Amino acid sequence: METYVYAFLFCGFVCMISQVILDNTKLTPGHVTSLFVVIGAFLDLAGIYDKIVLYCGAGAIIPITSFGHLLIHGAMDVAAENGIMGLALGIFDLTSAGISVAVVCAFILALIFKPKH
Amino acid sequence: MDDKYLDIVDKHSPKEDRLKNAIVSFIAGGMLGSLSELLLRGYMIWFNLPRKEAGVVVILTLIILASVLTAFGVFDVCVSKFKSALIIPITGFAHSMTAAALEYRKEGLVLGIGANIFKLAGTVILYGIVSVYIFGLIRMLVMGG
Repeated sequence: METYVYAFLFCGFVCMISQVILDNTKLTPGHVTSLFVVIGAFLDLAGIYDKIVLYCGAGAIIPITSFGHLLIHGAMDVAAENGIMGLALGIFDLTSAGISVAVVCAFILALIFKPKH
Repeated sequence: MDDKYLDIVDKHSPKEDRLKNAIVSFIAGGMLGSLSELLLRGYMIWFNLPRKEAGVVVILTLIILASVLTAFGVFDVCVSKFKSALIIPITGFAHSMTAAALEYRKEGLVLGIGANIFKLAGTVILYGIVSVYIFGLIRMLVMGG
């Protein structure tokens, strides 16, 4: 049950921070998401983000920070076996599902629908 | 002169309620997080998935949902209501791709959709990959994994 509360707090906190950045600086959503991906990749250091996922569950999986975490997590897992080439081999191991589904979805929907303005 | 001008601009530019925006995005983002956790538990029970795979299915669900809502033009309305609560989760990533694909559809399949689908999402992938290479090399060479 606590997982729901922690999920609420973590996901809400990340969204709030980004909203505060957007409102008070000239940065665009593109800047903020890029920044958060880098932060997520950094937080994989020493398994910090893994601990956050353990406590916050899906609340830590759905923010864009988890994208950076999954990128470096897959890369480091393969790098542990294959050495430095593993970085290149494993970088999309865990995120390929998300990216490929997003690409296919966007393509099919673009063929069917007309843009709304 | 410049200061005076900036003061006037500041006075007349529409004031967005920053505190309200922050609270709205906190609550809406939190709700989305909790609902995803509920969905994750549901997938674990319904499809007998381990927690890690269920997490991937939750992400895919959100991506498909956000793409479809974008295609129907509902997503932009939701973003103006819930602010970054929908941009920072993976829904924002899917939205940016579908929106770009829809918008450039008229310029053709290759030069339109193909060339522009990563127009907005590309920055996330670019900085993700570059930072992973930098952090990964540092971790392997300096900290030993």
